Amino acid sequence: MRSEDYQQLVWKHTPKKPLWKGCLGAFLIGGTICLLGEVFQEIYLALGLEETVASAMESVTLVFCSILLTGFGVYDNLSRVAGAGTLVPITGFANAMSSPVMEFRVEGMVLGIGPKIFSVAGSVIAYGVAASTLYGLIY
Amino acid sequence: MNYVSSFFVGGLFCVVGQILIERTRLTPARILVGYVVVGVFLSAVGAYEPLLKFGHSGASVPLTGFGHLLAEGVRKGIAEKGFLGILTGGLTSTAAGITAAIVFSLLASLIFKPKMK
Repeated sequence: MRSEDYQQLVWKHTPKKPLWKGCLGAFLIGGTICLLGEVFQEIYLALGLEETVASAMESVTLVFCSILLTGFGVYDNLSRVAGAGTLVPITGFANAMSSPVMEFRVEGMVLGIGPKIFSVAGSVIAYGVAASTLYGLIY
Repeated sequence: MNYVSSFFVGGLFCVVGQILIERTRLTPARILVGYVVVGVFLSAVGAYEPLLKFGHSGASVPLTGFGHLLAEGVRKGIAEKGFLGILTGGLTSTAAGITAAIVFSLLASLIFKPKMK
């Protein structure tokens, strides 16, 4: 049996959780993360930052919070309830960078941390940049 | 009002992701890549700007917003630098988020011990 067939079989027989349960968690926690982002945005705007700068600072703040929570092991616990709610926001992207980095620290700075930081994020950046470059060419 | 629409739109983006996780065999990594590429596409066809106006952070925080930022950077880059902007625009507009994630992750790897899963 090829591994693809095997995976298909596993997937077919894995008991499905009720869809609404996962969706509720994703909606509430994902929504809350975006709401938090909006709160940061409003704070930065109130401090007199320009809108594009405030948006960038909002992302940076969310990334910081996410990595801090990943460090304390909170984010990965949260993701068990939230599912895509902690994956889809930019905090999920930050988590995808910081989580493997902490895990593979034992393999060294250069061959452990360095490549692992981009294990998922590298793919996101590569295909995102490729898509936007393609768009630029036909723009 | 901005808070309500941020929560609602952001929540819906996540619900779509959750349905994809549970009802298809897309892995989380593929969903992230898919969201960014879809974001670039939606921005390219002009659908993301109105979504941002309505959803505020609910549209900018999900990774589709990252894709939109890439596409917007390319548009801006072309306006400022011409052809070269196609290559420089995307990463310029997303540099803050990417660099923050890299630097904070490196710092975290020095400070925190790995967690048992």
